[in-house]
Amino acid sequence: MQNLNAWYGGTHTLHDINLAIPANRATALIGPSGCGKSTFVRCLNRMHETNPIARVTGSVKLGDLDIYNDASPVEIRRRVGMVFQRPNPFPTMSIYDNVATGLRLGGITRRKRLDEIVERSLRRAALWDEVKDVWKSKSGASVSGGQQQRLCIARALAIDPEVLLMDEPASALDPISTAKIEDLIFELKADYTIVIVTHNMQQAARVAEMTGFFLNGYLVEFDATTKIFTNPTDKRTEDYITGRFG
Amino acid sequence: MTRTRFHQNLDDLKEKLLVMAGMAEQATQRAIEAYRVGDVSICDLVTRSEPAINRMERDIDQMALDLLAMEQPMAIDLRFILSVIKINADLERVGDQAVNIAERVRDLQSLPQVELPVDIPKLATLAATMVRNALQAFIDADPAMAEKVLLMDDEVDEMNRAIFRTLTRCIQDRPEHSQQALDVLIIARNLERVGDHATNIAEDVIFWVRGADVRHHLQTGS
Repeated sequence: MQNLNAWYGGTHTLHDINLAIPANRATALIGPSGCGKSTFVRCLNRMHETNPIARVTGSVKLGDLDIYNDASPVEIRRRVGMVFQRPNPFPTMSIYDNVATGLRLGGITRRKRLDEIVERSLRRAALWDEVKDVWKSKSGASVSGGQQQRLCIARALAIDPEVLLMDEPASALDPISTAKIEDLIFELKADYTIVIVTHNMQQAARVAEMTGFFLNGYLVEFDATTKIFTNPTDKRTEDYITGRFG
Repeated sequence: MTRTRFHQNLDDLKEKLLVMAGMAEQATQRAIEAYRVGDVSICDLVTRSEPAINRMERDIDQMALDLLAMEQPMAIDLRFILSVIKINADLERVGDQAVNIAERVRDLQSLPQVELPVDIPKLATLAATMVRNALQAFIDADPAMAEKVLLMDDEVDEMNRAIFRTLTRCIQDRPEHSQQALDVLIIARNLERVGDHATNIAEDVIFWVRGADVRHHLQTGS
């Protein structure tokens, strides 16, 4: 992205962000609350503009595609999936339908084809073994919080995105479920580009190859995760990750 | 999410390491004093100080381990704790060198006194200065001072080599003084090792403050 700026009404929330997120890697975004990291990821799949008072300038490219000029928001959100902080399965739908709905909206209706993709998505989300006997009978909301979050990841993967945005995907989960999500991120990055917003710096250190530190709407530092957490260049990054402010 | 208590704990760790440093420095100074005045009773003081140094080493390691496990430090805090662990080990080894010197002094005192043409106190002063300056660099978080310590190591090494050459000649010329010459040669070697430990401490200070690994003449950052 180049010279990315974002506003909510009169508030300038992102300032001239220039950043190249590497493909097939996990990139973590850290920073104190209100620093702009969630706004930033919402700009990557045009979620930001769903708020009527929000505005974006600058360019965000997915490969050669300028996501703000060359494609519709619906097309972009198909290619750039998103997983939120709180698992949000459709509560009245079965596990199966939670994953299949996006596919049906995309025009896939053949039962056999749907079955194949739903199973593959549940397998990729490391949930298949736990739900294979009840995937068509149990509601998406009836499984545990950690399973719900992996269901949401399966739902995002079903439509075969290139990028997966994760906004605090494990912050509402217990340590075991968190570990499963982190293992999953590790496996998924072979096939997807992952951008993860997290307040948990150990999590960033564990899963991401690259890390960006946001502060007051500015990208202060972007570098290899090992560099950020052992020897950051910018004093503000160091002060934040060592708990000297924030 | 400021971590006041954690940073207070880091200050406590630093303070404890400085107490350890004081013990190791005192042991070295006493060992050299024992050599200079030929007083075996001072050697006993050095030997008796060793268990306390060893206990302190374990305490500091445990404190550092607890902080690593409980606080998951990052960046300069992580480098600080790693440096403390390494400096702690070097200080314990400085204490060991002092004990080794004291043992040689004891042996020398049991032998006929001979004049050997080497200046051990001069080498000792240089090695002790290296330790003092490395620790001052640690106290002040001053990598520039630490770099000066690195430069002093060559001088200590050269002085040790000169002593080795002199004492080798002494052994050849006057074999009846071989035992005394060997004792002094070992003392010189112990002091040279003290200089090496000071070098390690200085390198750890540079790593802590700058995040740069300068060990084994690496000049680039980690």
